[in-house]
Amino acid sequence: MSNPAITPELIAKHGLSPEEYEKVLSILGREPSFEELGVFSVMWSEHCSYKNSRPELRKFPTTGPSVLVKAGEENAGVIDIGDGWAVAFKIESHNHPSAVEPFQGAATGVGGIIRDIFTMGARPVFLMDSLRFGSIEGNSEQARTNRRLFAGVVAGIAHYGNCIGLPTVAGEVYFDESYSGNPLVNAFCLGILRHEQIARGAAEGVGNPVFYVGAETGRDGLAGAAFASRELTEESKADRPAVQVGDPFREKLLLEACLELLATDAVAGIQDMGAAGLTCSTCETASRGGTGVEIDIQLVPQRAKGQTPYEVLLSESQERMLVIVKKGQEDVVKRIFEKWDLPYAEIGTVTDDGMMRVRNGKDVVVEIPARALADDGPLYFREAAPFTPPAQLDLSSVPQADPTTVLPKLLSHPSIASKRWVWRQYDHMVRTGTAVLPGSDAAVFIVREANKILAAATDCNAVYCKLDPTVGARIAVAECARNLACSGAVPLGVTDNLNFGNPHKPENFYQLRAAVEGISEGCRAFNVPVTGGNVSLYNESPAGAIDPTPTISMVGRIDDAAHITTQAFKEAGDQIFLIGETGSELGASHYLLAIHGRKEGAPPALDFEKEKATHAALLGAIRKGLVRSAHDCSEGGLAVTLAESCFGNSLGAAIDLGATDQRPDVVLFNETQGRIVISVKASDVAALEKELAASGVPFRKIGEVTAKADLSIKMGENAYAWKVASLNETFEGAIPKLMES
Amino acid sequence: MKVAVIQFPGSNCDTDCQAALLSFPGVQAEIVWHKETSLAGYDAVVLPGGFSYGDYLRCGSIARFSPIMGAVRGAADAGVLVIGICNGFQILCEAGLLPGTLLRNNGLLFRCEHLHLRVENTESPFTSVLHKGQVLDIPIAHGEGNYFAEPETLKQLEANGQILVRYCDASGKVTPEANPNGSLGNIAGVCSHGRNVFGLMPHPERVCDPLLGGTDGRGIFQSMIEAVQKTKAKA
Repeated sequence: MSNPAITPELIAKHGLSPEEYEKVLSILGREPSFEELGVFSVMWSEHCSYKNSRPELRKFPTTGPSVLVKAGEENAGVIDIGDGWAVAFKIESHNHPSAVEPFQGAATGVGGIIRDIFTMGARPVFLMDSLRFGSIEGNSEQARTNRRLFAGVVAGIAHYGNCIGLPTVAGEVYFDESYSGNPLVNAFCLGILRHEQIARGAAEGVGNPVFYVGAETGRDGLAGAAFASRELTEESKADRPAVQVGDPFREKLLLEACLELLATDAVAGIQDMGAAGLTCSTCETASRGGTGVEIDIQLVPQRAKGQTPYEVLLSESQERMLVIVKKGQEDVVKRIFEKWDLPYAEIGTVTDDGMMRVRNGKDVVVEIPARALADDGPLYFREAAPFTPPAQLDLSSVPQADPTTVLPKLLSHPSIASKRWVWRQYDHMVRTGTAVLPGSDAAVFIVREANKILAAATDCNAVYCKLDPTVGARIAVAECARNLACSGAVPLGVTDNLNFGNPHKPENFYQLRAAVEGISEGCRAFNVPVTGGNVSLYNESPAGAIDPTPTISMVGRIDDAAHITTQAFKEAGDQIFLIGETGSELGASHYLLAIHGRKEGAPPALDFEKEKATHAALLGAIRKGLVRSAHDCSEGGLAVTLAESCFGNSLGAAIDLGATDQRPDVVLFNETQGRIVISVKASDVAALEKELAASGVPFRKIGEVTAKADLSIKMGENAYAWKVASLNETFEGAIPKLMES
Repeated sequence: MKVAVIQFPGSNCDTDCQAALLSFPGVQAEIVWHKETSLAGYDAVVLPGGFSYGDYLRCGSIARFSPIMGAVRGAADAGVLVIGICNGFQILCEAGLLPGTLLRNNGLLFRCEHLHLRVENTESPFTSVLHKGQVLDIPIAHGEGNYFAEPETLKQLEANGQILVRYCDASGKVTPEANPNGSLGNIAGVCSHGRNVFGLMPHPERVCDPLLGGTDGRGIFQSMIEAVQKTKAKA
C-alpha cells in the first residue's frame, strides 16, 4: 500500500495550520513523510502539546518543600507525605470519547489515569470522578440522550475501576443544559510509593534496549488526541473508531507486572502509551533523556494483520507501556511478563543522535529530532475578550418562594440529590481503606502499607465560573480545602482539570485565563502546589460552549484516626453551631437556578483570609476532640446542609436562627461562602465556644440535634418544619426515579 | 495456623484478605500464585474476590482451570477448610465444589453497599462462634451474585443445613426488599455437604477493623481459626 501525497488538503485534514506546516519543514529541512505528518499532527495537538494553554499554565504555583516531582516534569506530580512515603496523583479528562461512546470512553479514561500513576512507580490506591451531563429530567430526546450518556459513563467507570480493583471513593456529578451534547468525564487516581521508588519517563543510557510491553496494537483509537482537540459536531459519530476499547483485566496484569519490574533494578525509564500512543512515548522519553530512540514497527506486537506503519504509530490501543531496560537485564523483563502472561517485545534501542527514528524493517519511515518535536511545538498567545463582572442580583426581582416546598425541590434536583445510584455501582471499599464512604464532604482513605490517612475532594461550581470565572475558580479551590477541613484534613496538593470551549473564541479564552488566575490565587492562599493536571479545550456542541469547568481535586492528610470527621449528626442532644456569617446575596445560587430558572447575578464573594481562619479554627476544634460532625454549606445553602446532616443517622434538628430583617429564602438557600455547620456534645459546648472565640471567627449556636426525626427551623415569626424521612426519600429517590423512567 | 490466599491474575481482594487474617493473633497468611500446584502445609484456603480472568465470560469459568485448582480440590476432599468470597464463591461453584451458580444481579447493575445477613446455621466451621439468627452487617460488591440452584438442590441444601447466611433487613427478617440481587431464598452463602467448603458473596474481610465500618466479618474468620485449632488438638 502506498502512502498518499502530502497536499495542502492532507495537511489541513491533519489539523496543522499552514504556519505549523512551515515549522515542520524548517525542523526537518525537507517535506515530511505521511507517517511524519501524522506524528506532528498528534504531537502538536492541544491534547499533547498544550499549545493554547501552556502560557497560562505557567502561572500556577508548582513548587514547595513537599514537592518531589513537579507538574509537567513527568506523567504525574509526586508529593511527600512523611516517613519516606509519597503520593502521586492526577486528574485527566476523557470528554470527547465519552460523548460518542460513553461506556468505553469513560472506561478508558479511568484506564489512562491509572497508567499515569503506576508509570511513576506508585501503586494506585483510589479513584475519584468528576462528571457533568445535560439535564436528565423530562422526556425530550435530549434528556433521553443525556440519561443514556450518564448511565453509560457510570457503567464504564464501574467496569474498569471494579475489575482492576481500585475503589472509587468520591466524586461529583452535575447536570446542566450547557453539557448537553458535550458531557465531561474527569477521572482522578492517586497512588502511593516510597521516595526511592519514583520512576522516570526518560530514555537514559545509549545502547539500552527499548521494550514494548502490554496489549497488542490494534486500529482502535486512531489519532484520538487529534480528535479530542476538535469541537464535537454532528459528524463526530463517524469518529467512533477514534475511541479506544478498554480491557481492565489486561491493565491489572500490566499494573502488577510493571510494579514488579520497577521493584527490580532493571528499568532505566518507563512511559505509558496514552494519547498519541507509540509516537508520544518514544519521542517524549527521548526528549526527556536528551537522547534518541530508534524502533522498528515490524517488531511491535500487533492485534490486526496488515496495519500500516502510520496506523501502528498513531494507534491509541490501551494497556501498553514503553520500558527502557538496562542493557544485560532483558531476562528480568522476560521472566516477569511471562509470569503475568503479557506480550512483550524488544522493539529498539536508545541512541545518541537525538532522533526519533522509526523503521519499518529496512525502511526508515520517521526521522525527526525528538526534542524539537516534543518541546518546540507551536505556542499561541490567544486573545481574551474583555470581561465585565456581573451586576449584583436585584433581590426585588426574585419572588419569594415558600421554603417549605423549596427545600424538597432542591434536594431532588439531580445536581444536589443523593448520588448513591452512581457510587453504589462503584466498588468503593476494595483495598480495605475506605474510612468514610462516598456521600460525605471528602473521601477518607487509610493507606495500610504506609500507615497514613489521606483525604480527597473534588469540586467545581460551573455556574459560578460561567458568571465570573475568576471568582468561580477561587471558590472551587476554597471549597475543596473546606471539604478537607470538614473531614479533619490539611491540604497537601492540587490537581486540576481545565474544561473549556474553543480557545480561538476570545470569550472562551478569557474564561480559561481567568480560571487559571483564580486557581493560582487559591493555591497560593492555602499554600498548596498544583502538581499537574489536564487541559480539555474545544468542549463545544452545535449549541455552543460548555460552562467553563475548572475541576479541582485536592488531596490532604489526617494525622490521627481520631480526627476523622463526617457530615452526619451523631446523637440527640448534641448542640449545633454555624461557623461563618450569612450574607444577603442570592446571585448564581442553585435556588435561583432550580426554583426560578435564572443563571445570573454575581457569585458569592470569597475572602481567603476569613476562609483560612475558619478552616484553622475548625481543625483546631476537631483535634481537641470537640467536633462530632462537620458539613459545609454549598449548593442549596444552609437548609440543604442541615437536611443532609440529619440523613446519615436519621436524626432531627431543632434550629432557631433568631429574628432577622432578611428574607427567609435568602437566609435558608443563599450560598455565602466559608460557612460550616458542626455539632458538638452538650458537655463540650463551653470548650468549643472558648476555642472558636480564641480563633476570632464568627460563630453562633443555632440549635440542637433531636431524636425525633424532624427538621424544624425558626426565624423570628417564621417557622418551617419537615419530616427527615420524607426529605430523605426525596433526596435518595430523585436520580433512581429519573433513571428508571 | 497457616492460611493460603490464592492469587489469580485478576484477584483484587487477595491482600485485603491477607491483611484481615493477619489481624488475628497466631495466624500466618500467605499469597499463593495460581500457577502453583500444591497447597501442602496449609490449614485453610481462601479464594478471594476480584475478576480472576477478567470474567468477561462467566465469572470464574476460566479460573476453575487454573493449575492451583487441582490442589484446592485435593484440599477440599481432604477436609481442609476452603472459603470462597465473592469471585471465590463463583469459582467454587464453577469448579463444582459447591452446588448452584451465580447469575447476573436481577437489577443488572453492579452493587456495592453495606447490608445485613442472618446467620442460619452455626453448626459449621465458618459460623461456630456466631449464634443462630444473629444479624451481621457485611458489605457486598458484585455484578453477578444472584444465587440459583435447581429446586431439588435447594431442597437438599435446606434439609442439610448448608445455607449458612441469607440477606435480611436490619431486624433479621428475610424479605424480598432485603435481597440485593435476586438470589433464590435470599441465599448469600452456602457450604458443602461435608461443611468444610464455604462460599459467600458478601466480603467479611472488609469489616474486620472498626475504622473501616465495623467488625462483623471477624466472626467468620474466628470460627475458622477455632475449627483448625480443634482439629489440631485432636491430632
